[in-house]
Amino acid sequence: MTTATAPAPARSHAGAPRRNLIGRIVDRLGSGVVQVVMILLGLFWLVPTLGLLVVSLRTTEVNNAEGWWTIFTKPAELTIANYSDLLAGGFGASFWNTVAITVPTTILVIGIAAMAAYAFAWMEFPGRDLLFLVVVGLLIVPIQIALIPVAALYGQAGIFGSIPGVVLFHVAFGLPFAIFLLRNFFIGIPASLLEAARMDGAPEWRIFVSVVFPLGKPAIASLGIFQFLWVWNDMLIALVFANSANQPMTKYLQSQMRQFGTNMDILSSGAFLSLIIPLVLFFAFQRYFVQGMMAGSVK
Amino acid sequence: MTERLDGPQDPPVDSTGGPTSGPDTPPKRRRLGPSPTIAIIFLMPAALLLGIWVVYPIGYSIFRSLFDASGQTFVGLENYGTIFSDGGTLRTIRNNLIWVVVAPIVVTTIGLIFAVLTERIKWATAFKLIVFMPMAVSLMAAGVIFRLVYDEDPDKGLANAVMTVVGDTFSSAQGYPEARARTGDESPVAAEEDGTVVTKQPVEAGQPVLIPIVGVKPEVMPANAQPAVAATGGDGLAGTVWFDFTPGGGGVNGQPDATEKGLPGMTVEAVSDGQVAATATTAEDGSFRFEGLSPGSYVVRLPADNFTAAYNGLTWLGPTLITPAIIGAFVWVWAGFAMVLIAAGLAAIPRDALEAARIDGASEWQVFRRITVPLLSPVLLVVFVTMIINTLKVFDLVFIIAPPSVQPEANVIALEMWRVSFGGGNNQGLGSALAVFLLILVLPFMIMNIRRFKRGDS
Repeated sequence: MTTATAPAPARSHAGAPRRNLIGRIVDRLGSGVVQVVMILLGLFWLVPTLGLLVVSLRTTEVNNAEGWWTIFTKPAELTIANYSDLLAGGFGASFWNTVAITVPTTILVIGIAAMAAYAFAWMEFPGRDLLFLVVVGLLIVPIQIALIPVAALYGQAGIFGSIPGVVLFHVAFGLPFAIFLLRNFFIGIPASLLEAARMDGAPEWRIFVSVVFPLGKPAIASLGIFQFLWVWNDMLIALVFANSANQPMTKYLQSQMRQFGTNMDILSSGAFLSLIIPLVLFFAFQRYFVQGMMAGSVK
Repeated sequence: MTERLDGPQDPPVDSTGGPTSGPDTPPKRRRLGPSPTIAIIFLMPAALLLGIWVVYPIGYSIFRSLFDASGQTFVGLENYGTIFSDGGTLRTIRNNLIWVVVAPIVVTTIGLIFAVLTERIKWATAFKLIVFMPMAVSLMAAGVIFRLVYDEDPDKGLANAVMTVVGDTFSSAQGYPEARARTGDESPVAAEEDGTVVTKQPVEAGQPVLIPIVGVKPEVMPANAQPAVAATGGDGLAGTVWFDFTPGGGGVNGQPDATEKGLPGMTVEAVSDGQVAATATTAEDGSFRFEGLSPGSYVVRLPADNFTAAYNGLTWLGPTLITPAIIGAFVWVWAGFAMVLIAAGLAAIPRDALEAARIDGASEWQVFRRITVPLLSPVLLVVFVTMIINTLKVFDLVFIIAPPSVQPEANVIALEMWRVSFGGGNNQGLGSALAVFLLILVLPFMIMNIRRFKRGDS
């Protein structure tokens, strides 16, 4: 995992003394081609999102008349009218619904999963290994399997359509990954630290809060950002379990999709607003994001 | 901070490495463990949630899938029979099959190529951030982004805008669909069977060639068309192609009148003995002139491709291309995931092995093919399998990108499950059967995960 030094050998062979002159020229030309190809690919990945931003900053009339790329010749056409219209409509409420769903879910998943992960990592109880294999198995259960049964349960409990219903569904389906990730991290905590605390007669609850939780911070940060993004970006669970008063942004925007052409103003600005917070989080915590992704996949 | 994607300085979290990955041996660490009662207390919240929201529903869905839409009548496996006999659900299975076969291979290949190429540029971190960014964005927003990209109008959709620019580079022909030669005995031209317009009589230099065209639809009439002018003599073979129609009547058929416009951008060929001797393109007033043509008599013709529509790109969101188009968006979203994982695997490959092979005279391709790829195969497999699972579950992108009218063509199992259960289908028996079907499809990967974990953990 010495990525910091990784590119060096790849580059150094270009200048290796045993290479003859022609070889070096070919390498140099090849690297020029690679640069150009990579710039094009980078644009390919960046430009669609830029397009959304520009479209969101232009009126429907302008968007219907010409492509967003004419921005480079007519920059004066930009307006924030779409955004003010959007916030005056139902979007503002759906933004706060997204927050009200995402924040409690993330906190609950971290807390509940950390407790279970600690038990799996450092406590002995019958059937522990088998139970953990069940958790591993549940990692990829499609949420479709629970939509109909849980909808029926919620109907009986009277929480169908409510925010707590959405949150609990998210928490339950977030747990397998969360327990898996944290247990694998906690198991690496030096045993001596825990034994010292246990020998001092500290109760398990205390050890969990003051030893395991602080030491587990990197993994908890990874999990937190992952869970946050997953819930923030969810559409299917909201579609089924949130009523129109409690709907998050994704469901609100989805309901505007039917008239895609005429609702372009709302959809573009709404989609862009919905992705700002994930993007900020991503750039701020990308290290934890990448680590969490690796821990969840490379087994 | 931006250099972090380039490679985390501290090792990523994994099953063996904890914060300090101490050398402690497992048997020793549990000696002072608490009683099972305390363990149960710690596990209880998670167990309750997983039990009620995940495990019980699996059982209930299987049970529910054996009943009809009302939930009252036991129908056995009839719902599963419906899945494999109904044309609509069969199409969802076919589409999922396309997804599973195409998307994982494309994503893994692109991830591998990107990971290798980023080792050769200095701005690798910036590149990785850009390609990885869609991972943070909701599939809903990605769907809106690609609805815009795929808009059929080249003045709105980026994909067709690029395609028309490229298309125009290769053929400058202005298309005049449904336009045709003025026919009749007096007309100087006639139409052949394939739509080619030819002069009835051979023509020679100094004699203006008149090619009257009718049936030009107003919407294809170029804005820059000028009133037609009958070509005058001069050297070389010259003539006029024009729209021989005066709005509101009037004008002389077969003669360019002041009220009639030339047709710019037509390709005109001078033919002698079946060979094309020269090619010209009409100007804004419809006139053309063949330069450098040897004297003699020629037949002048307008090839049939003048009368096909101008190239306007592809109907991405139509029934034929919708699934490939959505797979394109999927690749855009997931390529970064594959790239970052594979790049980490690449960085872990011992450089000595590569250098040794190079010193032994292996070419870069041989090194890549014989050493890099085999050493990467565990990571490639993880990426590949993750993508298979993701394609089986694909829902949001199809739901958002496919317009309602073509959604049946793009439908996938996960979307059909939602549609029949909640989106108006009102058949939770069939919906449960589809959910169970989806679970069965991911079951092999579930077992694979458990096996791999057992192997890695012991």
